[in-house]
Amino acid sequence: MGFKAKRLVQAALAPVLLLTSVVCAAAGELSSVNMSPGVTVVGREIYDLHMIILGICVVIGVLVFGVMFYSIIYHRKSRGVTPATFHESTKVEIAWTVVPFIILIAMAVPATTTLLDIYDTDEAELDIIVKGYQWKWKYEYLTEDGDNVAFFSNLRTPQAEIYNVEAKGQNYLLEVDEPLVLPVNTKVRFLVTANDVIHSWWVPQLAVKKDAIPGFINEISTRTADEGVYRGQCSELCGKDHGFMPIVVNVVSKEEYAEWFAGKQAEAAEVNDLMAQTFAMDELMDRGQSVYTRNCLACHGADGEGGVGTAIAGSAIATGDVSGHLEVGINGVPGTAMQAFGGQLNDVDMAAVITYQRNAFGNNMGDLIQPIDVYNYKKGQ
Amino acid sequence: MGDHHHGPAKGLTRWLFTTNHKDIGTMYLWFSFAMFILGGFFAMVIRAELFQPGMQLIDPAFFNQMTTLHGLIMVFGAIMPSFVGLANWLIPMMIGAPDMALPRMNNWSFWILPPTFLLLASTLFMEGGAPAFGWTFYAPLSTTYAPPSVTFFIFSVHVLGLSSIMGSINIIATVMNMRAPGMTYMKMPLFVWTWLITAFLLVAVMPVLAGAVTMMLMDIHFGTSFFSAAGGGDPVLFQHVFWFFGHPEVYIIILPAFGVVSQIIPAFSRKPLFGYDSMVYATASIAFLSFIVWAHHMYTVGMPVAGELFFMYATMLIAVPTGVKVFNWISTMWRGAMSFETPMLFSIGFLVLFTIGGFTGLMLSIAPADFQYHDSYFVVAHFHYVMVAGAVFSMTAAIYFWLPKWCGRMYNETMGKTHFWISFIGFNLAFFPQHFVGLAGMPRRIPDYALQFADFNMMSSIGAFIYGASQILFLYNVIATIVAGEPTSEEKVWDGAEGLEWTLPTPAPYHTFETPPAVK
Repeated sequence: MGFKAKRLVQAALAPVLLLTSVVCAAAGELSSVNMSPGVTVVGREIYDLHMIILGICVVIGVLVFGVMFYSIIYHRKSRGVTPATFHESTKVEIAWTVVPFIILIAMAVPATTTLLDIYDTDEAELDIIVKGYQWKWKYEYLTEDGDNVAFFSNLRTPQAEIYNVEAKGQNYLLEVDEPLVLPVNTKVRFLVTANDVIHSWWVPQLAVKKDAIPGFINEISTRTADEGVYRGQCSELCGKDHGFMPIVVNVVSKEEYAEWFAGKQAEAAEVNDLMAQTFAMDELMDRGQSVYTRNCLACHGADGEGGVGTAIAGSAIATGDVSGHLEVGINGVPGTAMQAFGGQLNDVDMAAVITYQRNAFGNNMGDLIQPIDVYNYKKGQ
Repeated sequence: MGDHHHGPAKGLTRWLFTTNHKDIGTMYLWFSFAMFILGGFFAMVIRAELFQPGMQLIDPAFFNQMTTLHGLIMVFGAIMPSFVGLANWLIPMMIGAPDMALPRMNNWSFWILPPTFLLLASTLFMEGGAPAFGWTFYAPLSTTYAPPSVTFFIFSVHVLGLSSIMGSINIIATVMNMRAPGMTYMKMPLFVWTWLITAFLLVAVMPVLAGAVTMMLMDIHFGTSFFSAAGGGDPVLFQHVFWFFGHPEVYIIILPAFGVVSQIIPAFSRKPLFGYDSMVYATASIAFLSFIVWAHHMYTVGMPVAGELFFMYATMLIAVPTGVKVFNWISTMWRGAMSFETPMLFSIGFLVLFTIGGFTGLMLSIAPADFQYHDSYFVVAHFHYVMVAGAVFSMTAAIYFWLPKWCGRMYNETMGKTHFWISFIGFNLAFFPQHFVGLAGMPRRIPDYALQFADFNMMSSIGAFIYGASQILFLYNVIATIVAGEPTSEEKVWDGAEGLEWTLPTPAPYHTFETPPAVK
């Protein structure tokens, strides 16, 4: 028995070592089969922890299954063996209760230190509010002077690619119209929340995943290390287009970031100027169409035919009183999936999309809504 | 033989009004198989859509309805009722009782199920579609943002809970009061033990689930704000309540499966179960731990670090009693005289694949690593390893093991083994690659995915189709056995099987143990 057991251990250990080395080597190379170590220190720590636990599981698995398969091969009736009759051993039971317990403690130590590193709440250099909407993300950069920069980040992949009309691009479903831009070598704190249902903000390579919960603010930090483009997705089921709200993070040099940020602030000022202007029908229709595609199409359909939302083509709201239409657009319909877009779209975009809805899809109302109308409606509330 | 000693009634009323544990068990088993096929059909729709990137067959809204109904029907319609059916058939036969303790309630607990699932399935044809918020139905997606059919869903869950509680009370009453003289607790077959503990879990957590859906109902129709921050509530409260039910629920599913395997492995190893006492204690420990680990499903909701640590340590502890079980099964096989008929093959398949699911479970328990695994396909792979290769494989093993006893006819062994190998290959092809795509960053519950996940998803779909198709073979084999299998009248259909049920005539008569047997 002693000899047999020794031979067994030897026989089991050889494939263990082989397999773990193969798994570890393969895993390090191919990110399509394993977790990415990512580009942050914490990400690397999580990856190492993952590999340790995986390694321990593989070793235990090979040993346990090794014994089982040995038994399956040698202790079978067809070999004419007589079954043994033993059926208990308190010593053995204690051993295989205590040994796994010790292994678990060995696992718990690195797990605890990594967790504490993740929960590091040192002062961040940059604070960004990440807000989940059905089905897009809003990023708001907090600044000390209150001159915040905020924008929405929508899926950029065209419907034609999704519905197999056109060939799919390289970053299919993982591309957005406006990525989140971060400076390199900076500790960034994300304040994660949501507007409607629960979402979850996940960028694997930054080792960041946090649930975005309406009414609550969660906090998670990352320290950017390498410049590059990092992609992620919403990871909590949030309704129809849960699969279509990607995240793209551009980590750039500090100079480039400063330039980009100044540009965004200028853009915001420009929109302020536009607010005071009046537009012609075709200008509003053009702008309105692109606003519609980004914000309304998912629920109301490409031809205003409806879907999750009601139809816009021929609807009582889009062909009725302008103020009723503005009310729905700006304040939404409480208790339904129709959000209050008043805080999401600036007055120019709101005016454009209302104009568009009233004149497209065969509605042909012929009326023009200007930014000032939207402004006055909001003010009058 | 008096007048009271009668066979089954004739016609439909036999099934409608029956109070016989075997009839009710049979109905439970057929009903759960029908639900397994329906839930499986939904899974096939999901895998067909995910066969390639891009939207091909269905739209994203319908995709969500499919994932939701697949989960709900498999958990509540297929797996749970199948084990209740097995309990009905076997517990009286195993403890030497004539029937279940509460036969009329037994009839009720079955017959409220079919209309409930009809109601749930009918939501597919309602305006706004079926529930589309996942089987975990997180608020506020399942309240403020839910389709109108959610109210029917809530009613269904209430009735399902009622059925489970009635079934559990019946099992507890039977096991506590109707054991044959000499059948002490520590002599009960392990299947009876695991069900007794499961029944207590059910009685404890089903009311919690009922509470969760009732709060949803109030939020939707009566203006309360349990789960809405705007009214002072908290969406995360829903998750705490749900998982306080949900985590014991997964043990409710797997403990009877442990029981089944603990009957089958000794039978085909021709050697008594190793460490019976420790198996009982391990089962009880798992049941206890299941109540204090629920928040490991919620590591990313923003818990304080002390909470994370507590739930991480408690969850890791579950590996100890689970490990004890696996070691005991292997020690039972060690130096036995094994043969590998279909029930044994499915039990070994269970042992290997469930253990893999246990390993990934251990990995998921590590909170910092879970931040990356959470809500990815890694989780999908994990719970299908424990739900399908765990619960469903052991259920399949149970049918092959006891069917000859029940109907006095032998199934086709070659076809059974073929069923096993096709299932085993199909299952692994379907679910093993999901570990890879999950680790590489594919979130769960998405109808379309980025191009780097395409190859593994296609593989997964092919595997799922193979696994699905293999169930047709199973259905055929079972029907062929019942109708025209080779008759057997051996009391011990399997030479190594031990227990009171194998002392009964084969096929098992309509009424058994009207006089209690003597247990040594």
